[in-house]
Amino acid sequence: MESLYLLVPLSVVLVFLTGWLFWRALESGQFDDLERPAHDVLADDDLPK
Amino acid sequence: MNPCFHCGLPCAGRRSVLLGELRDFCCAGCEAVAHTIVDGGFESYYRTRTEPASTPHARPALENLPNNGSASLILEGLRCSACAWLIEQVLRRQAAVTGVHVNYATQRAQLDWEPSQASLAELIAAIRAIGYEATPYNPRRQEEAYRRERRAALWRLFIAGFGAMQVMMYAFPAYVSDGELSAEASQLMRWASLLITIPVLLFACRPFFGGAWREIANRRIGLDTPIALGLAGGFVASAWATFTGTGEVYFDSISMLAFLLLAARYAHLVAMRRASAMLDRLLRWTPLAALRPGDRITVAPGERVPADGVVEEGASSADESLLTGESRPVAKRAGDVLVAGSVNLEQPMVMRVIRAGADTQAAAIARLAERAAAAKPRIVAAADHIGRYLTAVVLLVALGAALYWGDVWIAVAVLMATCPCALALAAPIVLTRANALLLGQGALVTRSSAHAALEKVTDVVFDKTGTLTTGHLSLAQTIALGRATGEACIVLARSLEASSRHPAAQAFGGGPTHELHAVRNFPGSGIEARFDARRVRIGTRQFCEALVGAPSQRKFGGAWIFLADERQWLAAFELADQVRPAARALVTELRASGIQVHLASGDRPEVGAGLARQLWIECFAGGMNPQDKCDYVERLQREGCVVAMVGDGLNDAPVLARADVSFAMGGGADAAQLRADVVLTGNRLGAVTDAMDAAERAMRLIRQNFAWALAYNAIVLPLAALGMVGPWEAALGMAASSIIVMLNASRPLAAKGTWKASTSSSRSRSYSYS
Repeated sequence: MESLYLLVPLSVVLVFLTGWLFWRALESGQFDDLERPAHDVLADDDLPK
Repeated sequence: MNPCFHCGLPCAGRRSVLLGELRDFCCAGCEAVAHTIVDGGFESYYRTRTEPASTPHARPALENLPNNGSASLILEGLRCSACAWLIEQVLRRQAAVTGVHVNYATQRAQLDWEPSQASLAELIAAIRAIGYEATPYNPRRQEEAYRRERRAALWRLFIAGFGAMQVMMYAFPAYVSDGELSAEASQLMRWASLLITIPVLLFACRPFFGGAWREIANRRIGLDTPIALGLAGGFVASAWATFTGTGEVYFDSISMLAFLLLAARYAHLVAMRRASAMLDRLLRWTPLAALRPGDRITVAPGERVPADGVVEEGASSADESLLTGESRPVAKRAGDVLVAGSVNLEQPMVMRVIRAGADTQAAAIARLAERAAAAKPRIVAAADHIGRYLTAVVLLVALGAALYWGDVWIAVAVLMATCPCALALAAPIVLTRANALLLGQGALVTRSSAHAALEKVTDVVFDKTGTLTTGHLSLAQTIALGRATGEACIVLARSLEASSRHPAAQAFGGGPTHELHAVRNFPGSGIEARFDARRVRIGTRQFCEALVGAPSQRKFGGAWIFLADERQWLAAFELADQVRPAARALVTELRASGIQVHLASGDRPEVGAGLARQLWIECFAGGMNPQDKCDYVERLQREGCVVAMVGDGLNDAPVLARADVSFAMGGGADAAQLRADVVLTGNRLGAVTDAMDAAERAMRLIRQNFAWALAYNAIVLPLAALGMVGPWEAALGMAASSIIVMLNASRPLAAKGTWKASTSSSRSRSYSYS
């Protein structure tokens, strides 16, 4: 039972961390265009020198 | 022959070596663009693209571009996401560019660059060099606002959802432990729940508190007040229980309620946006304001016509679906009208601008549609009214329950369980969806309250023959009355009518003509000229009789015109107006759904009667002036009929206003002047029944939603007040109620099968066969 005193506060911290990560993703526009980025991995990004 | 390597069009034998092979190109433009792309090292574009590129065109130079280091661009010619990648890469390569993002979904690019190193024109030239067109635009503030709103809504939804999930984990042991949970562990869970509920309440629930605050400030009880009170009351009571270590906590119910309500609101936001996408497409495309009437401009194939005007040179076809919902191309020749927003499909055309910017039909339609969206239909106003009473009752019941039971949780349960917000959600989304659907089918609803009337229509009155016919007269019958043959008479008639603008003139078609002298026009009677040293006349019977000096031997009824010279009657021509192909299907369909069809025409009775017979219209009245038509409609209304009027919308405004709901044929006419509830932008008659169908379905959904919301609240309010509903059951019930209303409001509005052809003819045809 003692582990609860560590795990429960830890889970609270994790919730806020996850929230912060989602905020970052949202602000960087990750959810604005849900179509094109999926195709980006197929395209070659390496520019010739 | 191979298709063009770049755009996939058939080739004309132009070849060059590219990527180690001999490639075919359709034109110098494609060849240059392909070489630019490959020389730049972007050949992977050709590997990853999923659609052939659009054919590049020569573009005029851009002038007066802003050069402040940041611009939004409208891109044209994007076919697949490889195009977006290509543009992004090419721009990134420019030394001056500091940031670029191409959004394929909206076909927009956001570009940031160092103004001292390059001008916007140079950067746009780089985009043009690879075959795309870019135009700077001012991002509409509305669009930007929607983006921000959507982000904020998503963020709130995430906080509430994730918080609710976590709080439920902490609440779980208390529900299942059966008293085995130690007081310390239970207190730990409560504190953890409290910590996580704070951001859920303070941040995610801000729209509810903000709404409640506005409602209190305006002294109007609204839908957010009970929600805000329930959330705040539940939180304060739970927090008190946590601090003191006594009593019940319901952090899980609070955060779950917040999450589910926010989910319903987010779904509402997205559904509204999707429903208005069609309208949005129209609004986002703004006609070029820099043009002025009288300007001559060239419209390249694939380009949108930037203003209303007339074709001066060239022949092509245009896609007018943005305005009419009709996606079949419309042939355009010199003299034909071009509307702003249509797309030139085949050949370059030179046009003369007649109306530009805000005066164009596209802008007028957008304004009408915006007005309809902004106005609050009576049914929505009524729902708000009932919702306010219901809210007041809920607040009073909650107060009474708290005082009677002495238990704050019963009051909180009453506030949480009742769901007046379902009433508010019920109607607007359905009406917006119906309007968007109909706009796509070529029926612009200018007054949202039209749906309520449309649903109840018992009688449709066609206000003039012109709505059922194309207005193009054709020669139905020729009877030679003298010695000349019918053929010779037609040639003579054509020669006489050649200079006339009267609709009858078209009936004789093109062909050989005689040379005539001293042509004189007698408006309302006919035309006289000198031919072979004698006078000839074409026109009404009286007009010709005056020349011949003797009445004709035969009797004629109907729409005849006559040809005569000084000595004898030559011929009689029967002219017929062509019935619109969709008219018969429309009348059949209306009769099949039990609607009485009338024709109230201003034409001579015998003309209209023929048309009525041809279309199987039973109730016909001819020779009516506008006042007669008003009386006719009024008489029907006194008998208890709900009358829909179909007219041309220009000269018959009083009659249209008199009817319960009015349709106007709006194609080609100035939409801004039309005073009708529904404007048929594509001149497609089938849209009349489409509008009735959609209105009927929409009203049915709205009524179902109202019935559900009222029944749910009527049952749950007494139960909650009697203390039989716990906070978590209340939260679940309320959220389920709003989500059911949302889902019901999202059910299809179109009749089965219409989705595949926003255009229709397939639909009217299927009706005429069935």
